[in-house]
Amino acid sequence: MTGFVPTDRPPAAPARLVDDFTPALIDVGAHHLCPGCGEPVAMRSALEAIDELGLTRRAIAVFGIGCYTAFSNNLDVEVLQALHGRAPSVATGVKRARPDAIVFTVQGDGDMVSEGLQEVLHTAARGESVTCIMLNNGVFGETGGHMSAATVVGQRTKTSLEGRDPVLHGRPILLASLLAHVDGAAYVARGLVNSAGNVARTKKMLLRAFEAQERRAGFSFVEILTMCPTGWFIETEEAPVYLEDNLAAVHTPGVLKDEVDR
Amino acid sequence: MTDTAVPARRLLHGSEAIAEAMIAAGCRFFSGYPMTPFTEVLEHMARLLPSVGGTCMNAESELEAVGMAWGAAATGTPAATGSTGQGLSLMQESLAEITLARLPLVILDMARAQGDYYQATRGGGHGDYRHIVLAPADSAEAVTLIRLAFDLAERWRNPVLVMGDYYLAHTARSVTIPGPVDRAVPAWGLDGSSGGSGKAKLISFLGSAKQRDDVGYDLAAHYADCAAHTSTMSREVEPLAEVTGTADAEVVVVAFGTPARYVQAAVRELRSEGLAVGTVRPITLYPFPAEAVARAADGARAVAVYENNQGQMVDDVRLAVLGRAPVEFIGGLSLDSSGFGIAPDLDVRVLKERISRVAAS
Repeated sequence: MTGFVPTDRPPAAPARLVDDFTPALIDVGAHHLCPGCGEPVAMRSALEAIDELGLTRRAIAVFGIGCYTAFSNNLDVEVLQALHGRAPSVATGVKRARPDAIVFTVQGDGDMVSEGLQEVLHTAARGESVTCIMLNNGVFGETGGHMSAATVVGQRTKTSLEGRDPVLHGRPILLASLLAHVDGAAYVARGLVNSAGNVARTKKMLLRAFEAQERRAGFSFVEILTMCPTGWFIETEEAPVYLEDNLAAVHTPGVLKDEVDR
Repeated sequence: MTDTAVPARRLLHGSEAIAEAMIAAGCRFFSGYPMTPFTEVLEHMARLLPSVGGTCMNAESELEAVGMAWGAAATGTPAATGSTGQGLSLMQESLAEITLARLPLVILDMARAQGDYYQATRGGGHGDYRHIVLAPADSAEAVTLIRLAFDLAERWRNPVLVMGDYYLAHTARSVTIPGPVDRAVPAWGLDGSSGGSGKAKLISFLGSAKQRDDVGYDLAAHYADCAAHTSTMSREVEPLAEVTGTADAEVVVVAFGTPARYVQAAVRELRSEGLAVGTVRPITLYPFPAEAVARAADGARAVAVYENNQGQMVDDVRLAVLGRAPVEFIGGLSLDSSGFGIAPDLDVRVLKERISRVAAS
């Protein structure tokens, strides 16, 4: 009868608190990101993948700068904090010096697509044996909701008040789609974390990406669409649907390339 | 061939001597982007590093070059990067944060002329930090200072910049490369193995303390630590200078790097002509050898500063002299169109005239 919770009598065990679900590799149960933010669950999925693959004692995370940087000093894997945009080359240096480590970056769309596009492209082209994870919410969340190179057409930000206009602001760069065409990339996928099912699918992508690195298949990349109700200027509970209707309609989820078994 | 205990003297171009000296000093990671007159150092590192199990990356830009060196340095691997002053401009954001992350790194600045003295000695990037700066006057000294640079970087967990120039890079000279040193992997170096234990290592320019019961970094505590470190390092690193003939000098000339050799030649001739001139050649540009300059200035009628720029080190000389004697700038811009400082300005006859003018005033 596992999974069945009778409702006609008091529970046999006390209700489990959110703290009980703190993943093994995050030291602090709390975070100070906004309610409804998708980054904590994306971060947790990446760490669960590391844990499940038994890579905890080989992993080195290289962080960019964004809201997710809040996690850089409370993880139970080794962390190297890099600058905005620069994590892929920093990760390259780590991996070249410690080839047996599992090296991954955590960056946002502002960090990776706006500030550091050339870094990730060159790292992919080199077939560098690292995994880059991009948390894409289509907005500069930490600065308070400004247009990034991944902001979709029509999306309102503080620097595109009437919505992103292709004539005025250009069109978004669809990074995963771009990287799928780079020869050095062995695995490229785009997931999203707006529902339990999508979180599970995204975690499978992360597992596969780390597997690609472990097997030295080449560069691996997982883009994760995350909710940012604060930076989207919408109600918290609207964010999962907004993500589906706006971001995911342009940055299409799915496995774009899998040459891990090649 | 027998194995000789004494390393042989060999005729090497400056760039090659520097590359060999870096490898002998334990450097096992190098990244750079081609740019004259830095390029040949990169070429030689690309050729030499693989044979000792090291890695040389021809990065896609100076931004990537410094990023890669940052990552390698964080693993505790003795690492270096470099460029000209122009390329270092691109690297400054990372160089500033690498310093605040307390990582050792050797930075080669194969500069054009001497216009990048401020950039080299003031850090060039944002934030409250200093780099140790060494300025060899020829490739033989560069070999010695490269070893010192890696030693100081390791000891202080701070970047050390070695400032050379076009002449140093491209002039061949007989040098002796010292024997290799083995550097132990430091305990703080990342290798992934400390995860899952509750003591996972963290290297961050925002702070080194892990938070166990709260979120966010304690930036105030970190910046206070960094300030204390910089203060101790600046006080304890021994300032170096080559001082000649200052005991009876009426005029003391201060110059650094290759141009200092021209100044020394001019001063030797002036001495033989009966003029009491001495020289101070700062070897560490930071910490600046202020005491050596001050002692030399005591009793002198004037201090002259020769640099191949509009006058930058002259500020440090004035701070060192502190009014003991008038300080006159006798240098000038590089006049060659390429900006390498191979100009009519850098000429013993010209230097003698300028020093004589100061002596006569």
